[in-house]
Amino acid sequence: MVINSSPYKNKPKGLQKILYIHWPLSFLISVVSFFGFLMMYSVADGDYYLWSHPQLLRFSFGMVVLILISQVDIDFWRSLSPFIYTIALVLLFLVQFFGDIGMGARRWLEIGSIRFQPSEIMKVGLVLMLAIYYDWLSPKNISKPIWVAIPLTLILFPAWLVIIQPDLGTGMIIAITGITIMFVAGVNFWYFMGALTCAGVAIFLVFVSRNKSWQLLYDYHFNRIDIYLNPALDPLGRGYHITQSKIALGSGGLNGKGFMQGSQSQLDFLPEKHTDFIFTTIAEEFGFFGGIGLLTIYGTIVLFCLISAIRNHNRFGRLVTVGLAMIFFSYFAVNIAMVTGLAPVVGVPLPLISYGGSAMLVIMGSFGLIQSAHVHRLTKRE
Amino acid sequence: MKNYSPPKLVEKSLFNRRALILGVSQFAFIATLGWKMRQLQVQDSEKYKLLSDENRINIRILPPIRGVIFDREGLILATNEQNYRIVMIREETGSPEKVLNNLAKIIDLPSKEIKKIIKESEINKSFVPIMIAEKLTWSQFLKVGINLPSLPGILPEVGLQRSYDFDEIMAHIVGYVGPVSAADLKSNKKQDPLLQIPGFHVGKTGIEKGLDNFLKGAAGLTRMEVNARGRPIRKLDENLSKKGQNVQLTLDTKLQEFSMIRSESHNLASVVLDIKSGDILSLTSTPSFDPNKFVKGLSIKDWEALRNSKSRPLSNKAISGNYPPGSTFKMVVALAAMSNPLFNPEDLIDCEGHYELGERKFHCWRNGGHGKMNLENAMKQSCDVYFYKIAELTGIEKISSTANRLGLGQTFSLPLPGEAKGLIPTRGWKKEITNNKWRTGDTLNTGIGQGYVLTTPLQLAVMTARIASGKTVTPKIIKAINGRRIRTVKFPNLDISKKSLRAMNIGMYKVVNDKKGTAYKSRTSNIIEIAGKTGTVQIRQISKKERARGVIKNKDLPYLKRDHALFVGYAPFEKPQYAISIIVEHGGGGAEIAAPIARDILLFAMHGTLPPISDYPKDQQGQIRNKFESYRTKRDKVFKSRKDGKRAIFFQSGVNSLAWS
Repeated sequence: MVINSSPYKNKPKGLQKILYIHWPLSFLISVVSFFGFLMMYSVADGDYYLWSHPQLLRFSFGMVVLILISQVDIDFWRSLSPFIYTIALVLLFLVQFFGDIGMGARRWLEIGSIRFQPSEIMKVGLVLMLAIYYDWLSPKNISKPIWVAIPLTLILFPAWLVIIQPDLGTGMIIAITGITIMFVAGVNFWYFMGALTCAGVAIFLVFVSRNKSWQLLYDYHFNRIDIYLNPALDPLGRGYHITQSKIALGSGGLNGKGFMQGSQSQLDFLPEKHTDFIFTTIAEEFGFFGGIGLLTIYGTIVLFCLISAIRNHNRFGRLVTVGLAMIFFSYFAVNIAMVTGLAPVVGVPLPLISYGGSAMLVIMGSFGLIQSAHVHRLTKRE
Repeated sequence: MKNYSPPKLVEKSLFNRRALILGVSQFAFIATLGWKMRQLQVQDSEKYKLLSDENRINIRILPPIRGVIFDREGLILATNEQNYRIVMIREETGSPEKVLNNLAKIIDLPSKEIKKIIKESEINKSFVPIMIAEKLTWSQFLKVGINLPSLPGILPEVGLQRSYDFDEIMAHIVGYVGPVSAADLKSNKKQDPLLQIPGFHVGKTGIEKGLDNFLKGAAGLTRMEVNARGRPIRKLDENLSKKGQNVQLTLDTKLQEFSMIRSESHNLASVVLDIKSGDILSLTSTPSFDPNKFVKGLSIKDWEALRNSKSRPLSNKAISGNYPPGSTFKMVVALAAMSNPLFNPEDLIDCEGHYELGERKFHCWRNGGHGKMNLENAMKQSCDVYFYKIAELTGIEKISSTANRLGLGQTFSLPLPGEAKGLIPTRGWKKEITNNKWRTGDTLNTGIGQGYVLTTPLQLAVMTARIASGKTVTPKIIKAINGRRIRTVKFPNLDISKKSLRAMNIGMYKVVNDKKGTAYKSRTSNIIEIAGKTGTVQIRQISKKERARGVIKNKDLPYLKRDHALFVGYAPFEKPQYAISIIVEHGGGGAEIAAPIARDILLFAMHGTLPPISDYPKDQQGQIRNKFESYRTKRDKVFKSRKDGKRAIFFQSGVNSLAWS
């Protein structure tokens, strides 16, 4: 029989698929999201309808989307991949010309009544595109320069389009995610070592060149870097966000000030307290334990995805899972690094928690794809 | 049946390895985040908690009410007057321009001013009150109050402003308050938060400065929780300010006012002491100034005029003026001489009009000389030659030690800024300052209160009180603080023999009451008898030529070259109660100018009001009556010019305590 000749277990069919969903993963996603509603309630000073309610609606919708996507065979999504990537690329072009300006950058595109950031779609589109590329590519060719140059172009071109919006944070995340997929797909280790070395030397040279005749950056660039490295230099200007954020975190202490008791966030000292800086409120009100708890849940979500990927023999599916998990990881890692002062303030939301419709939807959609890869995974027969 | 294409198994182990590396890197990154959070939230938590509180809590300082200053009878000298003002809160106005234009219909508000206010309000945050007008009259204030419905965002307020009821009469003693200056902040060693309140006033001169620490009170604090934009959210706690302490002075406003009026147009300084208690009853320095102008804001022109005036209205001459004492110093010299047992007051010294010391001639004020003089006659007629001689015999050291015993050459630590020390020269002093040896000529000059010796009117009054009472009278100016009386100490006896003092008192009695006395014209009828000593201080060198031609009369000299006129005295002679010293700058002769003023003031002090005409010698009564009549007219004029009737109380006996709270 043809079926028995396959070394893999059969894919689930029909309602069976529901059982194959990675339910612990979905549970953790819901836990984080519910925590998010709680925080929306807190920073709105007890006003449920201001942020919590719309966020809850979006999450519910997102959950439906997640389940729907997960029920569709990953091979279908595979066949859509080049299409999605192309659309995302076109939209990124469009945003340069027709985009709305919000917060000083051209990021938003409006189609009908829907307002969204094409860069969000590009994140997913790129992951799909690279996954199908490496699924298609013969393993022999993976490390050949020409076959390395193609995915690199696929990555860097949209990343550049996003960075010039300007949205440095998302652009970097797109680039890092793409390179991570290349890494996991098995591109020769020395490419990465070489790239890392080049980057290291470049950074070193830039710093050494300061105040020398061959200075590589302008003085104001250096000033910006100085403030990134030490926000106390400009506590009311560029350093304001990060200084206030550190005060909020630090004053939270071990156990936090208690739910809705965070003076920093409740008294509006924190900018964007319901979006990019929501983690400071969490850490202020629930302290070190609360922050570490959330970090652990995030880590576990990523871990679940990695395990799912490792156990999955479908090359496309596992690359998609690793790539989307990397995006998720980049989001919370960069966001927390940013509010704790480890990374510059680049405007990256905290996934599943920060207020915002398109981000929530894209994340839930991504998890839908991860679930689809999981549900339709290939596992060896015992 | 769907046929599965063979899955791509190649490199599966490589994928797993790479995925593992990725997972480990991600875990490392998460661990780094956790480590950073631990650093912020556990290690440095205290620091950030502090910063968080600083962020959140805005401390507002509540200014205290300044203490009131009273005179000895309880009359209010300095108090806090209500200052009616209006402020605007921009965010409540809707349109500030419209509201201000409405307001301009009610009170005087030029359009230029309106523009300025709008500009100011836009610089500040929208909830910060902006001062629109101050010092409104009650009726203006009421009008604004009635029209409030058409003036959204306008708030009428009542502030407090220092007010000095007796205008220039007490200006030098009470002083005035003013905004905190850079120098005030520098000397604010205790970091009193009060000084940081915008618009806070501190004492600048006089008692206001000297007792500022008592008067100003203690700041209260309100801790407000504020948001990032500084808007108060709620009051956390409040610590009310403590009112400053009230201060009662020993001064007698009536006497002070009479001294001021009696000084007429002279630039003079006078001090009246209560001999028994040392209370300073009046401390006059003319001309004076209106301290209220300083509080309300003095124009630069007025300030320059006050500062540059040759008559120095801003200086309290009674305590900070260093003057040569002239012949009023002769008591010191005589007492020093009498401490020598070989000295006999009855020994006669021949005065030929001058005294020769080597090549130098020291002149007596009377050209032809006084003839043979004993101590009493020399005092009475103020014979200079007699005092040259006894000064030479006594020596400078003894003279200066006697002067110190009588209160000269020292300050009395009054809470008044600018108390001068004067100068009682000694050999050592001259050596140190000029690097020259002390000469006998210096002793002779000191003998008649000229040369190096300098005294303040207050010191001369103390000297007089000490000679009159035989006790070390020490002046004081504070009667009570916050209702608690300052205890009067019993003054110890002076270290000078009773016999010598008696001789001195008789000498001073003769100055006024003997026909040949220099101040005989300023005697009284025998109801209340005065003793005293005149002094005329020459402030220019008289050349030999001039002396040969005849000394130029004072009135023919330019004002600043004229002699100072001095008088020290006390009354009544038998039971000394009040001591006075007076110096009329460039007034001329002490006998003609200073003594009559001193007599009037002493008699006023005795009666507590204008003295009866019967106190004066019969031949002067008509003239005195006219003079007093002119004072009464002047008083009435002043009284009428002030609608509040707060001044001109001095002629009505029995007017005293208004209220003592």
